[in-house]
Amino acid sequence: MCAWRRLHRSVRALRGCFTRGSLSCTAVTQRQPDRCGGLTFCQKLSTGGALRNDFLKELKAQMAAMKKKAADGLPSSSWMPFEINPNLPPETADIVIVGGGVMGWSIAYWLKQKEKFSKKMRVLVVERDPTYSQASTVLSAGGIRQQFSLLENIHLSLESADFMRSINEHLSVVNEDPVDLQFNQSGYLFLASEEVAHIMEQNYNTQRCAGAKVSLFSQQQVKEKFPWINTEGVALASYGLENEGWFDPWTLLNAFRRKAMSMGVIQCFGEVADFKHVKQVMMTKNGEQIDMKTIKSVKVQMLNSLEYQPVECALVVNAAGAFSGKLAEMVGIGLGPKDSLAGFSVPVEPRKRYVYVVHCPDGPGLDSPFLIDYSGVYFRREGLGGNYICGVSPEEAEEPDTSNLEVDHQFFEDKVWPKLANRVPAFEKLKVTSAWAGFYDYNTFDQNGIIGIHPLINNMYFATGFSGHGLQHSPAVGRAVAELILDGEFKTLDLSGLSFRRILTQEPMLEQNIV
Amino acid sequence: MFPFLPAQCLFMPSFHRSSVSFQSLHRCCQRVAVLLVARRQWGSSSASPASVVSKSLDFLAQRFYDVEALLNWKSRIGKDQLRKKNFYYGYTHKLYGPDIASAYYILNLGGGFRFVGQSEWFRADSRGKFNWDFLNYKDTPVEEVDMSHTIINYVGLSNLERQPVRTLKLQGCPEVDDWFLAGLHKFQDSLEELDISQCPRITVGGLAALRNLRQLKHLSVSSLPRISSPGLVIILLEEMLPQCQITADGYDLSLPQVGGEKPEEHLEAEG
Repeated sequence: MCAWRRLHRSVRALRGCFTRGSLSCTAVTQRQPDRCGGLTFCQKLSTGGALRNDFLKELKAQMAAMKKKAADGLPSSSWMPFEINPNLPPETADIVIVGGGVMGWSIAYWLKQKEKFSKKMRVLVVERDPTYSQASTVLSAGGIRQQFSLLENIHLSLESADFMRSINEHLSVVNEDPVDLQFNQSGYLFLASEEVAHIMEQNYNTQRCAGAKVSLFSQQQVKEKFPWINTEGVALASYGLENEGWFDPWTLLNAFRRKAMSMGVIQCFGEVADFKHVKQVMMTKNGEQIDMKTIKSVKVQMLNSLEYQPVECALVVNAAGAFSGKLAEMVGIGLGPKDSLAGFSVPVEPRKRYVYVVHCPDGPGLDSPFLIDYSGVYFRREGLGGNYICGVSPEEAEEPDTSNLEVDHQFFEDKVWPKLANRVPAFEKLKVTSAWAGFYDYNTFDQNGIIGIHPLINNMYFATGFSGHGLQHSPAVGRAVAELILDGEFKTLDLSGLSFRRILTQEPMLEQNIV
Repeated sequence: MFPFLPAQCLFMPSFHRSSVSFQSLHRCCQRVAVLLVARRQWGSSSASPASVVSKSLDFLAQRFYDVEALLNWKSRIGKDQLRKKNFYYGYTHKLYGPDIASAYYILNLGGGFRFVGQSEWFRADSRGKFNWDFLNYKDTPVEEVDMSHTIINYVGLSNLERQPVRTLKLQGCPEVDDWFLAGLHKFQDSLEELDISQCPRITVGGLAALRNLRQLKHLSVSSLPRISSPGLVIILLEEMLPQCQITADGYDLSLPQVGGEKPEEHLEAEG
């Protein structure tokens, strides 16, 4: 009897709630003990409610609400009695990828892609810049080329171009728009002077053997094909016929991110402040002490806040780009005595590069490739309205300060414009409309990427140090790192030449075609 | 931003969910009529306007795992078929030589071709059947190829590699995209006529790849839906390929009127 009355009262209370607007009412209701010892709502009801006494409908709604409350109380629900910051990363993760640029998300995507049938691997990507305002990925010129001197680089570019050709097979998400990279199939044109022509020929042979579609032009042929180039001083030119050009890096990054998140990768915006590791001390024959470290957890600090979350993890992937060296120092790499194994730091540091957007009404047209002169100056067409993007890599001695991303416009006047106008006479009349600066994750050792595990840390994988060609290699490198992690070895491309070993044995694999 | 809508199984009756799924089905039927707003087509292929059937399938697939799996299966079969048709015909190449292999590939896909020195065209009819007489012409390369409205793609282009193709017609091919155009550099010495009108996936970036075709004399780029500023693109193409005659119909090249009435008022005032 009491139960029936209680039910009836609660039904009336709920009806009142639904007529007035549910949320505000339920917040106000208080629970007070009833005569029968049960609980009832004490909210006074006016009769401005529903005139129709649809008892069954109200009962059904009330049953649904009770069921939801019961489900919330069960352990598997996500209801918590106190407030938790929803942006915190999970407490445990299998793989933590530090760095949410195109390399980090490519690795995350391939990890999930390879682990198709056991979707229980938890991958977390930690990125400290939610707006990507300083990320090297989005500030890059976005070109892809196969004209490298190192065989591994050529293969990486070829595989990445294959990936981009069939990008919608890989990265399309159901019910979302297809990925449009806005790829301009315009090719790269490298110009060589007399002194370096033989290197270019050697590179050409390597590239052809590896399967890149490149052709060599003499000075005369360059003049015929591109009449707007001043071919003075040009002995040989190397031109990419296929799989070369430029695209939109932001689209590629978002495509990887969208697909990876649809497969269950967790994204966290925070900064890695510290690593908790355990040490295993070993003695070599010579009495030298070597510490093998194993990372146990990553301390992720929330942005602009003192709040942090230690994430226990099995593996850490260092894809932090220009700041990978600093990240590695947190685990103690490079902080040991100079001539010991622990003294070798990760030789990656940020280097600032300027990119200038210029407008020239009489410039080269639709057929202008990504032109790279032997003096280092480069330019490419941007859009159809006579805009071009140009720049140059500064000399080693004149590297700009890397504490900020301010642009030095005098640099354009002194270093870029004279050489550019010399090479393309139409550029004598141009106007700089915009400029930006971005960091290269510059490998000071030999300007090639470092892919693999560090010898002194059991579970930290590196994918960094690409010195300006990380974006174009990101799909293939992501797959390689995923193979290394999940299969233990490289399956499709053998990139063991790019491992840490060459740094420890001090044998550089120099790339001669760095722009 | 990333839609993870809760999905249910359409045909899985469980006691406590039966009433709820029935209700949602009822709501589905009510809303299908309302869903005539533009929806994205299932899968990620070309941007053709979605019909009511595909929109309703789209809607159902968001809510039921079975429908989603069925549609996944259907698109996977479509992709497999595309891949199988465009394989490299290595076996034919080994047995009969590259020319016959190319000819066989073209006929298999439903296109037509003409041998060097012959004047008759070999074509497949609308049901895909063709005459096997082309086997008589051993070691005769293919000169003119008509692959309009076929599913030729980049991988399939490798089947035509060693042919001195002079004319290539690719009108309305749904799988011809920018990478395909970049792959045409194989024919840079021989190609004189190219027709890529009405291909839905070509953009300006791909047209830039046509710079390699220095022998090109006739180019048709009519009615390409993904070119946003056709007038400018045509001018740039003409600059890029000076010896080539470019046909570009099917575009609305009229200047947009900002204040629509003004020119007429001006005339009235003067008159």
